[in-house]
Amino acid sequence: MQITSPRFKDNARDALADTQLQRALSNVEHNFIDKRRIVADALPEFEALRDSARDIKNHTLAHMDLYLEEYESKVTASGGHVHWAETAGDACQIILGICREEKARTVTKGKSIVTEEIGLNAFLEENGITPVETDLGEYIIQLRGEAPSHIIAPAVHVNQSQVEEDFRRVHTHLPEGRDLSEPTTLLNEARGVLRQKYFDADVGITGANFLIAETGSSVIVTNEGNGDLTQTLPRVHIVVATLEKVTPTLEDVSQILRVLARSATGQDMSVYTTFSTGPKRAADPDGPEEYHVVILDNGRSGMLGTEYQDMLRCIRCGACMNHCPVYHAIGGHAYGWVYPGPMGAVLTPSLMGIDKAGHLPNASTFCGRCESVCPMRIPLPKMMRHWRTREFERHLQPSAARYGLGLWAFFARRPALYQLATRLAIGVLAMLGARRGRFSSLPMAGGWTRHRDLPAPQGATFQQLWSRREKTRRRNAA
Amino acid sequence: MSVQSASPRVALFVTCLVDLFRPSVGFAAVKLLEDAGCDVSVPKAQTCCGQPAYNSGDMEDARAIAKATIKAFEGYDYIVAPSGSCSGMLMKHYPELFEAGSTWRTRAEAFSDRVHELVSFLTDVLKVESVEAQFPGTLTYHDSCSGLRELGIQAQPRKLLGSVEGLELKEMPDPDVCCGFGGTFCVKYADISNTIVSKKTKAIRASGAGTLAAGDLGCLMNMAGKLKREGSAIQVRHVAEVLAGMTDEPPIGEKRR
Repeated sequence: MQITSPRFKDNARDALADTQLQRALSNVEHNFIDKRRIVADALPEFEALRDSARDIKNHTLAHMDLYLEEYESKVTASGGHVHWAETAGDACQIILGICREEKARTVTKGKSIVTEEIGLNAFLEENGITPVETDLGEYIIQLRGEAPSHIIAPAVHVNQSQVEEDFRRVHTHLPEGRDLSEPTTLLNEARGVLRQKYFDADVGITGANFLIAETGSSVIVTNEGNGDLTQTLPRVHIVVATLEKVTPTLEDVSQILRVLARSATGQDMSVYTTFSTGPKRAADPDGPEEYHVVILDNGRSGMLGTEYQDMLRCIRCGACMNHCPVYHAIGGHAYGWVYPGPMGAVLTPSLMGIDKAGHLPNASTFCGRCESVCPMRIPLPKMMRHWRTREFERHLQPSAARYGLGLWAFFARRPALYQLATRLAIGVLAMLGARRGRFSSLPMAGGWTRHRDLPAPQGATFQQLWSRREKTRRRNAA
Repeated sequence: MSVQSASPRVALFVTCLVDLFRPSVGFAAVKLLEDAGCDVSVPKAQTCCGQPAYNSGDMEDARAIAKATIKAFEGYDYIVAPSGSCSGMLMKHYPELFEAGSTWRTRAEAFSDRVHELVSFLTDVLKVESVEAQFPGTLTYHDSCSGLRELGIQAQPRKLLGSVEGLELKEMPDPDVCCGFGGTFCVKYADISNTIVSKKTKAIRASGAGTLAAGDLGCLMNMAGKLKREGSAIQVRHVAEVLAGMTDEPPIGEKRR
């Protein structure tokens, strides 16, 4: 996927001016937060489960080679094939190879943010294969030629009437009088069109929420059942997943599942949780004849052993963005790559380079709400700060900001000089602001006063007044 | 209020914003601490906690400022700051600036252990149950992020505000949502910050309260600045001023009468 993170400020400005988007975002802000709170409060062991989920993943990351090897051997034993892809391009080539062997023309897809990361849809189209997204949200944004704006609600930025318009534009079979005014009528229309696609598909591609080392199974969690149809109806099923999805045992996965849906959609469990282990066996009535897993690195192994390793615990629930005031203000597209919100502010620079994603870890108020709801207890603000440090070391921040900070630090490190300088500066500022008690514009403070007044200082500094008080005290005591 | 027999020696960490913009908060903090029986000092060699450098990735300056602060506050029983954000920096982040096992790490940890945010120090350490102050009117309280999420300060200010004579607490919707200040964030990403603070002022107005209070001057200047720009008559004060009954100074962003 094309990265537009360097244009973050422009993206954000467009998003702030988009009234339709602003309306859609207010739904994110309220629905997801309330739902999560209700289910978390209803489960006394929720916090303990978060600890245990974190511990499971930390253990896995410490022994990742071992669990990946075990996973591969279990998949092979169950009749499936594991392919290792170092880069996005490698993964695309492997998938294309499997599709070509199958002479595939239509490929259904379900539940896979990682295929956005590797740009699979565009790649398949360039090679004469039609990919069809089957998740309703993904289907809508595919029709619109857009990327997801949220990890679990890819079309959360689109409203109902826009969807109706898109359906009328693309579904040319629709009679004009067809009612598409309700969510259910829209859903039925998408369902009707997708039904035939499932039957037409030669290959089904899904992502995976987990890869279980103990059994060689892949797990997907959905609410629409489209993932199941994608992986069971075509002759070939391809799972695309990244390294860190591997999890040791079924029991481990069961524990993490208890925090996943609660954190994401506020459900106790998703409607469908589907475990797939290898191709269809002789006695099975349904299922694919071939089962392939493409395991992608794309920069993850480079995060192991670094200060960004904790980010590999992420289970893509989206709770961090659901609770982020910055995400609420600008939505997901402004972040400019696959992973928006606080998770993206750490992941995007890790995978694409801080030179391309410098805005993202900076565009945070560090309010800490993301960390407070992350089911895997990822210290997101801390890791964003690590990125700011890397940027600072490499002189990547704007020179004006560096210069200003340097000047401030020069004084802050020298208390006597600091107090002299601030006393003078505050005296002048207080005098200028005394008439109104605030400034509506001030040279050098444009960033502040563009949108709000600057309260004027009271007059003297505290240190000045305190010295006076202490002097008077001493005089009186003497 | 209980006065302990041996007065704890408390050093006030003024915070740079209180020092420069609103000394009255510092004096309110001193009053609250002295009323609770503390022997209060203000070390001269303090400037700022170093958060601007730390959060901008400038670890060298942050470390230098931290060392100077740690030195300046040696020899006191407690270090108290009228700010959740600066207290969080001193308590949670100072040790992280130094390598594990180093002498400075040990010194930083010993320092951090003695630091407290003002309101939680009064309630949790000194066991203050009520204050002797009057405030006729309605007030809504904003939970600033660092105090709330790094230090768990939520019930403490509400408890003490509840003991102020004449004060009626009126909660706003989502008092725990960020006001969009975020230190340098509000200047670097001014437009995004504006959207966040606009939602906040809407919530503040929805509370119907006549006064807004919080424990961090940065957030307060941001919210007061926006309320004034919007022409709102809601008054803005640091919670310490209200608890100390020191409301003779004009509210934040308002002229002297």
